[in-house]
Amino acid sequence: MKPIPFEYYAPSSVAEALDTIAELGYSGKILAGGQSLIPSMNFRVARPGALVDLNNIPELAYIRPNGDGSVAIGTMTRDSKVEHDAEIKRRFPLIAEVMTYIAHPQIRNRGTFGGAIAHADPAAQLPAISLLMNADLKLLKKGGERWVQAEDFFLGPFMTVLEPDEMLAEVVLKPLPARTGSSYKQVSRQRGGYAQVAVASAATLDEAGRCKQVRMVLISVGDTPILSKEVSRILVGQKPGQEAFEAVAEAVAKGEIDPGTDVHATADYRRHLTRVLVVRSLTEAFQRAAL
Amino acid sequence: MSGKVFGQSVTRNEDPYLLTGKAEFIDDIELPGMLHAAFLRSDYAHARIKSIDVSQALKRPGVVAVYTAADFGDYWRPGPLQVPPPTAIKGSVFHARTLVPIAKDKVRFSGEPLALIIAESRYIAEDAFDDIIVEMEPLDAVVDLEKALEPGAPLVHEDLESNLAAHVVQERGNYEEAAAKADYVIKRRISVDRCAGAAMENRGLLVDWNDRTREMTIWASTQAPIPLRNSIAARLGLFESQVRVITPYIGGGFGPKIMTSQADDVLLPIVAMWLNRPIKWIEDRRENFLATTSERDQLHYAEIAVTKDGIILGVKDMFYHNTGAYDPYGMTVPLNTQTHTVSNYNVPNFKTEVKMVFSNTMVVTPVRGAGRPYGVYVMERLIDYAACELGMDPVEIRRRNLIRSDQYPLPTGIIGQDFVEGVLDSGDYPEELRKAVELIGYEKFIKEEQPRLRAEGKHKGIGVVCFTEGTSVGPYEGARVTVGANGKVNVSTGISTQGQGHFTVYAQIAAEELGVDVRDVNVTTGDTGHFHWGAGTFASRGTGVAGSAIHLAASKVRQKAIKLGSKLLGVPEDQVELCDGKVCVAGDHSRFISLGEMAMKANPTRGTFEQGAEPGLEAVAYFGPPYGSTGAGALAMIVDVDPGSMDVKIEKLAIVHDCGTLVNPMLVEGQILGGLSMGIGNAFYEQLKYDENGQLLTASFMDYLLPQATDMPDEVLLGHVERPSPLNELGMKGVGEAGAIPTPACFAQAVENALADCKLQIAETPLSPSRLFELVKKSTEK
Repeated sequence: MKPIPFEYYAPSSVAEALDTIAELGYSGKILAGGQSLIPSMNFRVARPGALVDLNNIPELAYIRPNGDGSVAIGTMTRDSKVEHDAEIKRRFPLIAEVMTYIAHPQIRNRGTFGGAIAHADPAAQLPAISLLMNADLKLLKKGGERWVQAEDFFLGPFMTVLEPDEMLAEVVLKPLPARTGSSYKQVSRQRGGYAQVAVASAATLDEAGRCKQVRMVLISVGDTPILSKEVSRILVGQKPGQEAFEAVAEAVAKGEIDPGTDVHATADYRRHLTRVLVVRSLTEAFQRAAL
Repeated sequence: MSGKVFGQSVTRNEDPYLLTGKAEFIDDIELPGMLHAAFLRSDYAHARIKSIDVSQALKRPGVVAVYTAADFGDYWRPGPLQVPPPTAIKGSVFHARTLVPIAKDKVRFSGEPLALIIAESRYIAEDAFDDIIVEMEPLDAVVDLEKALEPGAPLVHEDLESNLAAHVVQERGNYEEAAAKADYVIKRRISVDRCAGAAMENRGLLVDWNDRTREMTIWASTQAPIPLRNSIAARLGLFESQVRVITPYIGGGFGPKIMTSQADDVLLPIVAMWLNRPIKWIEDRRENFLATTSERDQLHYAEIAVTKDGIILGVKDMFYHNTGAYDPYGMTVPLNTQTHTVSNYNVPNFKTEVKMVFSNTMVVTPVRGAGRPYGVYVMERLIDYAACELGMDPVEIRRRNLIRSDQYPLPTGIIGQDFVEGVLDSGDYPEELRKAVELIGYEKFIKEEQPRLRAEGKHKGIGVVCFTEGTSVGPYEGARVTVGANGKVNVSTGISTQGQGHFTVYAQIAAEELGVDVRDVNVTTGDTGHFHWGAGTFASRGTGVAGSAIHLAASKVRQKAIKLGSKLLGVPEDQVELCDGKVCVAGDHSRFISLGEMAMKANPTRGTFEQGAEPGLEAVAYFGPPYGSTGAGALAMIVDVDPGSMDVKIEKLAIVHDCGTLVNPMLVEGQILGGLSMGIGNAFYEQLKYDENGQLLTASFMDYLLPQATDMPDEVLLGHVERPSPLNELGMKGVGEAGAIPTPACFAQAVENALADCKLQIAETPLSPSRLFELVKKSTEK
């Protein structure tokens, strides 16, 4: 369990980092918190020819509340910083809640917010949450910048639209409308472990108490985090309630997910668990929206 | 029984070293010119080796040597049988096929070594994996225990007629006659899977051969330093005195480190001689999962015969036991299953039959619990099925059948891992059950809380089981106790330590006898240069057996000190006493000689010496029990099952245990809690899952779920019943495996109880939410 030989670069500025990844192309790999990359290198599953370490670039770690209610998070911001940030807690309570499901405190002290999104693990929380909130993602490359919405970012397991010469530099969480409640429900085999299934949802009520808008993301039941279409089709304009939530659960379980069987759970169980968690997550989100 | 320090919760002598990072582990040791070893291991579980080409690897800069089986010539031969065959049991069949040091012609499990690479660093050694070209012809794998014995099944060892490794039948009374008289006979198929040792520190070996002094020093992360030293010396044709095995601090053992015939044990010593350079090998986690040893699956066809009053007339158990690809450790695990199936209960008629099976999976040797949890699981489940059939309370049916406290010593008629008939030496099983039931609040839960919770839609359940733990088995251990001129006491014993607290427990035993401060007792374990007789750390015997030897040696030193003290102080022996590091006149402690001074005087360097006397305030003693002492206990737990996700949380757990005299209650508690976490792992998390091709699907901690602190119950209550063993002077019994033994059985009962409306009957372990979901679905479909 030792990695293959690799080159190591430690740029001290964003410009230098972009130069380096441009030069390295496909043989280069960005090292952020290393909580996923390093183990897979030790298993020799990942065999990058070169690592470009962003840990010496302080300008990539920040949490910046914007005037429009959004918050910008620098890609190298540690998970534990996000977890404990007062402004995040106030504006996006769900984020703070979800952070506690990510592994363990020691790992959150190293793991980074941007790194987890760029890694695009379909069983991970942050790619799913970025999708739930349709975060704006700032991608930089040498001499260029583009913005991609989370909905357009994930292509498959561990695959994104990032080009080899690009890095995810910033994640912008857009403000939630008034009367929005959100919820995250996860079942994992152990605390801090991978989700067997998780469901994140955000629901907005109109003044009459009907569903104005709702988003829901399903985790660990497909190749990417899955943004449900059925949820808004069934609920928008309706009074939320148990029966409607069960209809959503049924539609989601039948048509929107593609869970697999592995050593921990059968596909059948994951489908069942999805139904259970969809109802629980929607119930909580709408309750919170009504508060 | 408790004294000034004996019986007290003394904090650990070893902790200052461990907590400040000063304790030296094997991987901390660096020697000049040291090389590193890595093993290329087979991906196939069963295959014929056509060719292995290492020529490219030898060209890689930094690679010093590469070896395959062919390079070892006559040195290559199967290892010794570490545990004798069960010839003491009439009619037993046993085919010894011991571990080979490195695969030759054929591989029999995924992870078996194919080539040994020696390089300047472990990194380079692993880089060379890609340079080696291995041609293999894959064969069908043997994984399923029943299919393994069907005619025409592929053979793990082609020189045998079948994959049957051993067959042992033991019976007391006559089960068939008993069954004919019973009101109910309940039969079930029960499958029990067990876990990896998964110590925090993996195995490791560092060999240093000194070509000038012709001496070899080996640092090893082993539970059996003396057997390791003996087998290495024998293979190399050296005297035992030319080989010194040292165990530095070790990060856990849990069983698998008892092995002394793994590839590294056999091959690295001779390669270190050939190359005349020190060689280090540190097992990585992947190797530990694939190719060390572990426990695995048993499949039981079991039945219980009961009267309508719930009195057990007999039990019959026919089971298959997976021994993996080889059987170097004999039948210890299945024999423990046989001895632990009915040991708590009066079962007049008991028949137990085991078919041990070779398979294309990693070798099976004991892991904490060591065969006992299978037996306890089967018996406790059978009792629960019977209770269910009779509509009887699970606690009540147990009460009616437990062995009474006036029945000891009680011969069991079943021969165990030490090849003598098991005898229950002491105990009080009904009292243990009573206390556990009281601690968990059984009556209140069943009568008040559960009905209220059910009405609220909550699914909480309770389980209560009993278990025994055969411990402190022979053959023997020894110790040397020496008072130094510094007035402090040195204790050395042959067994090694993996974190249990031996440095403290042994110090307590010696300090009590010699009247010194427990901090002034230095304990050396597992260094053949200090003490070189003994068997090793296994079967919860460290305190009961080695501790007894230390007690005997310390008593001898005490006698010596009193005799010499009487002479020097000029008072009769019965007026001499030892206290505070001094030999004093009883009643007048102002008249004394310090132990240090006494040690000097006991070793005169001029003048004359008394004929027949032995120098120094030093003594050696050995202790071997006629049979092992049996600890026992009762476990109760309350679980909360989420009916949606089928996730289970253990809310509250109560365990009552009898390990005889408690030497250090705090350490006993630690052993029980540690064992419980392993038991919880076996119940709900840990599994070495092999597919039909013999591939291990859970070969990393991502998939192999080791219990975490957060998986422990919210509340754990501990109780003790102290019934000293008559088998040693201090009345000690072991406790190292207690918590691991009853937990899966208790968990299954509690989950069934929580899901009572599902008519669920669990007959397997480990469970998972997904598996429970399937089982509930099946039982409600019926």
